[in-house]
Amino acid sequence: MAVEYIYPDYEIVRDYDRCIVCRVCERQCANEAHEYLSDKNKMVADNAKCVNCHRCVSLCPTRALKIVKSDHTFKENANWTGKSIKEIYKQAGSGGVLLSSMGNPENYPVYFDKILLNASQVTNPSIDPLREPMETRVYLGAKPERIERDEKGRLINNLKPQLKLSMPVMFSAMSYGSISYNAHESLARAATELGILYNTGEGGLHEDFYKYGKNTIVQVASGRFGVHKKYLESSAAIEIKMGQGAKPGIGGHLPGTKVGEDISKTRMIPVGTDAISPAPHHDIYSIEDLRQLVYSLKEATGYTKPVIVKIAAVHNVALIASGIARSGADIIAIDGFRGGTGAAPTRIRDHVGIPIELALASVDQRLRDEGIRNNVSIVVAGSIRSSADVVKAVALGADAVYIGTAALIALGCHLCRSCHTGKCNWGIATQREDLVKRLNPNLGYKRLVNLMNAWKHEIKEMMGGMGINSIESLKGNRLMLRGVGLNEKELQILGIKHAGE
Amino acid sequence: MDLRACELGYQALNEKIRNTDEDVVIYDCYGERFIGSGASNKTITINGTPGNALGAYLDGATIVVNGNAQDATGDTMNDGKIIINGNAGDALGYAMRGGKIFVKGYAGYRTGIHMKEYKDKKPVIVVGGSTGSFLGEYLAGGLIIVLGLDTDSFPTGYFTGVGMHGGEIFIRSSKAPKNLPKQVSASVANKDDIKGIEDILAEFSDLFGVSMEEILGKTFYLLTPNARNPYKQLYTEN
Repeated sequence: MAVEYIYPDYEIVRDYDRCIVCRVCERQCANEAHEYLSDKNKMVADNAKCVNCHRCVSLCPTRALKIVKSDHTFKENANWTGKSIKEIYKQAGSGGVLLSSMGNPENYPVYFDKILLNASQVTNPSIDPLREPMETRVYLGAKPERIERDEKGRLINNLKPQLKLSMPVMFSAMSYGSISYNAHESLARAATELGILYNTGEGGLHEDFYKYGKNTIVQVASGRFGVHKKYLESSAAIEIKMGQGAKPGIGGHLPGTKVGEDISKTRMIPVGTDAISPAPHHDIYSIEDLRQLVYSLKEATGYTKPVIVKIAAVHNVALIASGIARSGADIIAIDGFRGGTGAAPTRIRDHVGIPIELALASVDQRLRDEGIRNNVSIVVAGSIRSSADVVKAVALGADAVYIGTAALIALGCHLCRSCHTGKCNWGIATQREDLVKRLNPNLGYKRLVNLMNAWKHEIKEMMGGMGINSIESLKGNRLMLRGVGLNEKELQILGIKHAGE
Repeated sequence: MDLRACELGYQALNEKIRNTDEDVVIYDCYGERFIGSGASNKTITINGTPGNALGAYLDGATIVVNGNAQDATGDTMNDGKIIINGNAGDALGYAMRGGKIFVKGYAGYRTGIHMKEYKDKKPVIVVGGSTGSFLGEYLAGGLIIVLGLDTDSFPTGYFTGVGMHGGEIFIRSSKAPKNLPKQVSASVANKDDIKGIEDILAEFSDLFGVSMEEILGKTFYLLTPNARNPYKQLYTEN
């Protein structure tokens, strides 16, 4: 037998005084970390199988379990960390490309945490949202350049199709395949109740969910899975996915093992085949080509829906966004390098792309400088963790944000970052029927509604504090922001002053 | 309904096509784009040269082009038929899922990329002449036939079927394919294989007046994927 080089990251600690040998942990763990020894009437655990998802901890009726980070260590080395060493062991053992899930976990700056909000004092009094009306509604889409009137002086409605959101937050693209049926149902129902939108991702739309069409963004990506006339027509908007923050420059790959009967039907491919989304759209090599896809979708849907173009935040993002704003797209979605994913090569996820805060600030500024900011709305993602991040993003120039990871956490995700195994114990990133059942969409959707309502109230509180009663007055209002601990260049790109200035 | 494309421009032209249930005949077509986007239940005859993205998302309509077609014809086509009495540009039938495309002449680069099939939906592309490189790249399903009636050389370019993981490509040629990517295996099509595509070949023969004797006068090579899950061994969980 080969020597096992890797010691488990986590240890399952069981308090045997509390354990009643009910075997719930054993039944709940899809990774099979827990085992019952019948001869000793005792539960034991295999730490190597634990992904630290807390399913057993949460369901243990006597709170006999906890998971701790192992204090086992390599000889300390600031350059060769334990993580680096383990990754080499894994690759030397398998010859494989390292595959990870969820957003970039590395220690890069989080600019949202280095930006502070303003509040009114003495002059321009603050507003109490419990007492006074506060507007969080936003409309996404291209805005007309000028008011047009007919020969009798009456207004001509030259407004292109708009998306109406009750608050500037939407659920970002997560395909049926990467997440479960019940997760999708929760998102769709929550979006409908909240008056916002969710996004199908590139996995087609399950026929059960066509009824939520008014609150659905359908995605068209390089593999065109599940894309057909009815799919396009059922939606509120169509998103062309050019890139994703977690894996800029590479495509998607749903392994054949995850393509069961239902997924096969929705993606419209045979059971068991790999669903490969190539890295580029092979018919798009320029802004002109992109324009062609934008307009072919508009033609196919009679110019009734906004078209969104989603890109990853990369080095030349402002220039690319400027091209997109001239392509006929109504909305640009920009996904930062911390955006989540169901599976991405570790090296891509951790080393490619740029922070969304910098990308947003430079895109907004560039579009203003070029006088085309009103051609498009800007939606940002990756990663928005709280209502404060939403407010900061809007003040930096976003019209709205997408949340993915935050929505999944609301559904019970514990961020164990093992989505790619397909064995999600919380019934979110899995297609295994017994696991999917664990997520009750009746409760799941309610948790999403709760989260969004709480954020909406917090957004109003923060706006009120600044003396602003409408989200539109906050948009691009960078005077409401100050940086802390940022250098001149960072402040310049963000277009904000340092705290104290 | 008769329409003069050059007088209308593409938006007005396509609006008229969208809003009628009648068959449409288009004259003086000089590169108007997006004709027949998502169309169903009608026949659109185009006299001239339609622009890019002809018949994108086509959903059951028949489009007949008396002339050449440009790039991205039949993008994500779901059902219906596109008949081109001339040549086709690049990216013909991109991600097509159903229906048939017949091209009398040659087709450009990236023909039939990422076509896929599902149950009764099986897309078909028949090219009478030769094609450019990257024919059937990422092919996940469906049928591509290249007849090479215009050449004695092998009628496709480089990287034929690269990344292919489903579907079939038939290539008619007196010369055997060379330098195929490792995901593709090639064999001489046997009688049963030919029988399977005979109806399609007969349809091509009828449409463009090429005799079956001529079509069947050369060897057909059948290209299929080596594996359905070509990337299975690539990854290590981290």
